[in-house]
Amino acid sequence: MESTAERIRGGDRLALARLITDIENDQGDYQKVLDDLYPHSGKAHIIGITGPPGSGKSTLVNCLARQFKRIKSDTSKIGIIAVDPSSPFSGGALLGDRVRMNYHATDADIFIRSMASRGALGGIALATDNVAIAMDAAGYDPLLIETVGAGQSEVEIASLAHTTIVVEAPGLGDDVQAAKAGLLEIADILVVNKADKPTADTTAASLARMLSLGEELKGKHPGTHWEVPLVKTSAVDCEGIAALVEHIQSHHDYLQDSGEWAKSDQQRMRKQVNHLLRETLFVSWQEHYDHKAYNDLMVQVLQHQISPHQAAQLLLHGE
Amino acid sequence: MAKKIRVLIAKPGLDGHDRGAKVIARALRDAGMEVIYTGLRQTPEMIAAAALQEDVNAVGLSILSGAHMTLVPRVLDLLKANGQGNVIVFVGGIIPAPDVEKLKKTGVRAVFGPGTATAEVVAALREASA
Repeated sequence: MESTAERIRGGDRLALARLITDIENDQGDYQKVLDDLYPHSGKAHIIGITGPPGSGKSTLVNCLARQFKRIKSDTSKIGIIAVDPSSPFSGGALLGDRVRMNYHATDADIFIRSMASRGALGGIALATDNVAIAMDAAGYDPLLIETVGAGQSEVEIASLAHTTIVVEAPGLGDDVQAAKAGLLEIADILVVNKADKPTADTTAASLARMLSLGEELKGKHPGTHWEVPLVKTSAVDCEGIAALVEHIQSHHDYLQDSGEWAKSDQQRMRKQVNHLLRETLFVSWQEHYDHKAYNDLMVQVLQHQISPHQAAQLLLHGE
Repeated sequence: MAKKIRVLIAKPGLDGHDRGAKVIARALRDAGMEVIYTGLRQTPEMIAAAALQEDVNAVGLSILSGAHMTLVPRVLDLLKANGQGNVIVFVGGIIPAPDVEKLKKTGVRAVFGPGTATAEVVAALREASA
């Protein structure tokens, strides 16, 4: 009998879909399956697509998948993870990104999975990292990850993706908005979508000024580093997409040649291991701690006799 | 993380009346479910492919064109062929009474006509997924 990991690597899409559900729900033996899959991951170019709600991310992802299919070999498989927000009230979600991706609905070489953010605030879900590992090991490359509609500080995608594309649209703000810290800073490629709109050039110009000022202030010299390109697209007609994909591939090559690819992989893995260590340490501490001491200290904190910090120190180190 | 009910709301066929589908999608969202909506004019093949990739517990089909006796059995067959025979299928829209029984015999769990309270749909889905 084949193992789940073997079935997933052999192209069993239902097995992959079910594994993703288990990862999201933190249920079943998904950790074991991921352990088996992990040695086969690390090949996919992970491309993050982020930007404000309504800037055209899903439509752009649809065009990108189409273009990648056109230029890659017949055997290549493309993965799409589309994250939309969960309700902070009901916990439910309306996942509507597939509406823009119907072109690929029955393509056996494209796997689209919608994910709800489930309370995570960084623009992706907590489980997105592991879902990416599963799809990577299943042979999907590139892997396109679309974040929730992001405002200014949902920048988590930058630590997961090799290449981060920030999609802006005309009419969302002036050059002060463009100068603010956060979302725009994480762009490896900046896209002004809806280039068919009359004010697109103004938006592109103020973003271009922001980019060139950044280079000047950092004293960077042309040709010595990755210069963030600004690409105009009109995703509704898939215009400008060939140029965008060329930039994505140049960035891929730049990362490989400069050693940045290995560096970002290393950072990501370290972060994941540290995160798991923190969780595991807490759980193992919980198994052994002194319940009575814990409750007594909580009472003292509630009565403002000691601070939460002191309580934690006492629980860990005693008097 | 608690298990979430995942539901695909789909509009097979050629009618463009998506108000009902959107109201149901919204009601299920507000009931704490994760709802995947795929838009208008879906073929049964598109619906089955989405149901598989999204590993849904249920598929809701909204049809107002009168083509339900062709489209719904086709969706059910494809789900079964993909190993998803256990997925709950429910139908909404304009379905004549004699067809309701026929659809249920082919494997449709419930049929909700015009005027159905959204709470009824939520309760039926929760019970079926329990």
